[in-house]
Amino acid sequence: MHWTEYFSPLMEGAWVTIQLTIYSTIFGAILAFAAGIGKLSSNWAIKAVSVAYIEVFRGTSLLVQLFWLYFALPIAGMAIGLDLRLPPVAAGVLALSLNIGAYGAEVVRGAIQSVHKDQHEAARALNFTPRQTLWNITIPQSIPEMMPSFGNLAVQNLKDTALVSLISLGDLAFRAEQIRNFTQDSTTIYSMLLVTYFGMALVLTAIMRGLEAYVSRWRVARS
Amino acid sequence: MTDDPIIKFDNVVKRFGDLTVLDELNFEVRKGEKVSIIGPSGSGKSTVLRILMTLEEVNGGVVTVAGEPLWHEKGPDGALKPASEAHLRKMRAQLGMVFQQFNLFPHMTVLRNITEAPTKVLGLSKKEAKERAEELLELVGLTDQAGKYPHQLSGGQQQRVGIARALAMRPNVLLFDEPTSALDPELVGEVLNVIGKLAEEHDLTMLLVTHEMRFAREISDRVCFFDQGRIREEGAPEDLFANPNEERTREFLKAVLD
Amino acid sequence: MLFGYEWDLSSPLAFAISILPILLTGMVVTIQAALLGFAVALVLGLIWAVLKAAPSRLISWPAKVVTEFIRDTPLLVQLFFLYYVLPEYGIVLPAFMTGALALGIQYSAYTSEVYRAGLEAVGADQREAARAHNLSPARTFTHIIVPQAVPRIVPSMGNYLVSIMKDVPVLSVVTVLEMLNVAKIVGDRTFDYLVPLSMVGALYLIMTLVASTGVRLLDTWLPKQGIPLK
Repeated sequence: MHWTEYFSPLMEGAWVTIQLTIYSTIFGAILAFAAGIGKLSSNWAIKAVSVAYIEVFRGTSLLVQLFWLYFALPIAGMAIGLDLRLPPVAAGVLALSLNIGAYGAEVVRGAIQSVHKDQHEAARALNFTPRQTLWNITIPQSIPEMMPSFGNLAVQNLKDTALVSLISLGDLAFRAEQIRNFTQDSTTIYSMLLVTYFGMALVLTAIMRGLEAYVSRWRVARS
Repeated sequence: MTDDPIIKFDNVVKRFGDLTVLDELNFEVRKGEKVSIIGPSGSGKSTVLRILMTLEEVNGGVVTVAGEPLWHEKGPDGALKPASEAHLRKMRAQLGMVFQQFNLFPHMTVLRNITEAPTKVLGLSKKEAKERAEELLELVGLTDQAGKYPHQLSGGQQQRVGIARALAMRPNVLLFDEPTSALDPELVGEVLNVIGKLAEEHDLTMLLVTHEMRFAREISDRVCFFDQGRIREEGAPEDLFANPNEERTREFLKAVLD
Repeated sequence: MLFGYEWDLSSPLAFAISILPILLTGMVVTIQAALLGFAVALVLGLIWAVLKAAPSRLISWPAKVVTEFIRDTPLLVQLFFLYYVLPEYGIVLPAFMTGALALGIQYSAYTSEVYRAGLEAVGADQREAARAHNLSPARTFTHIIVPQAVPRIVPSMGNYLVSIMKDVPVLSVVTVLEMLNVAKIVGDRTFDYLVPLSMVGALYLIMTLVASTGVRLLDTWLPKQGIPLK
């Protein structure tokens, strides 16, 4: 096969990778907010669950988490009488989301705590409830603070999607392996693969920087 | 005008760790009165306002607002117990505060800063809140700035927005915590003008902690000199500034008026 | 039977206990791979940092592009590249070495940033003071700058060591017998993945906890102003 014939299957794989990245980044962001805010909760049960989630998923390897969800969870399900077999897509998105959510939770928590105490006092003086203060005053102000770290996490997530190829999910890395097994043309294939990931990472970085600029509109540059 | 004071501090004690900031303070304000509080740093002036605005608890004594205890509520047996959040919210609605650092919400426009609490807390419709905000912007002279963000305004403009924002909640008592101390000198006047206008045209009860002695003299019904957690001396401005009775008051006035 | 240990399938607990030695054998490989990879990352990262700081654009620019490229591409792909492409050019390494090399290269992009930030944080005024005292550039570097840069660098480098440990399982795809690979083999043969994989998760938590605590202790032990020189 000529190397240009690799394009079509690789681009199919790239599209899967892009979708995986988008879904897992969005779910991961939701989990990050839930756990980040949960860790700050005065309700000890919510706080305990959040801390446990964050520590477990930050303290273990993503590949271990992925394999556990794909290979071990069904067996746990059998033991309690539930069919918990996950298709590769579900296991992949779930593992990626849970992983990035745990790292993101610390970013969210840090950003929320960085909002100045004066803002909470002003909100209290105006008689906002604590919940109103959190959602209308604190969180909107914390978002620009989160963006730089979220940008890094998004790129990390993109790189991590390559691991789902190991549970036979047809992403970019998987397609590349298929072609390599067929043609043994390792150098060309892997070079193309690296360049494609690099390109996607650059595009993702640009998007995240744009997003960062958009949410920081109301901010003054810190001197 | 009722005889009962709208604000009453009854042997109030406030401690920060080992430091006693308010030392069995007894203090009263009548409805509609404009009171200025002056004194050296650390004398507890701002703490009085912060306790009223429910930003700080009391460690002893009772604070009463419009006849009802603020940090305590009457239990079923009539005895006083610490206030619940619901009680604090109810009481807080009568008070408003203007902060030294303005504390505007940076992610909202001027208009939204003023309408946010009325809509979210008082339940006003967007239209009603906007009308109220526009009236207040005219009062403070910032009608053109409604769409700007705080960082685009000068300090004096931001503080005027702060005043409008506090007024939007229609408080009975307005607290000013050193409203001009964080401003460049040339911007102080525009804020004092607004406060002066408020004092003249409204029967709002106003409590003003300030270093602007001349201004305090002009607008106040009464001036209180605070020192080491107690009121050392109080009286009508003409009396206090011209003929202070206490040595400490004399020392302080001499230092700041020179 | 694996590594000479038999497993006991009579109950989950018996199974867990019987495969613990097997998993710990894998853990030793994990730790070795992590440390070797870390060593490579430390050395290579320093080289990148020096190149990126070179006054000549001809040297610094390619270095910047290469580290950005390494940073933005997956470890898995870099590993495959080394494993399958190097032999085609006559370089045949054992899988373990290839794996450690891949880890080292991937993380060298990050460590070079830590070096840069750490050195920059030691202010220019320190260099001026050294020059005023007539210290040679080499002595300035070893006696003034490095001792002050080290306390700033150690926490970040320590965190990357912990990250490397979490990335070691990727090496299982090139047959390195680290902990996850071992657990998977046990699972393949006994059809029970739940116990081995859960144990690997728990062992990882313990490893990262110990390593993180170690890093924090090292950080508190190092004086903030710099390593004292007699």
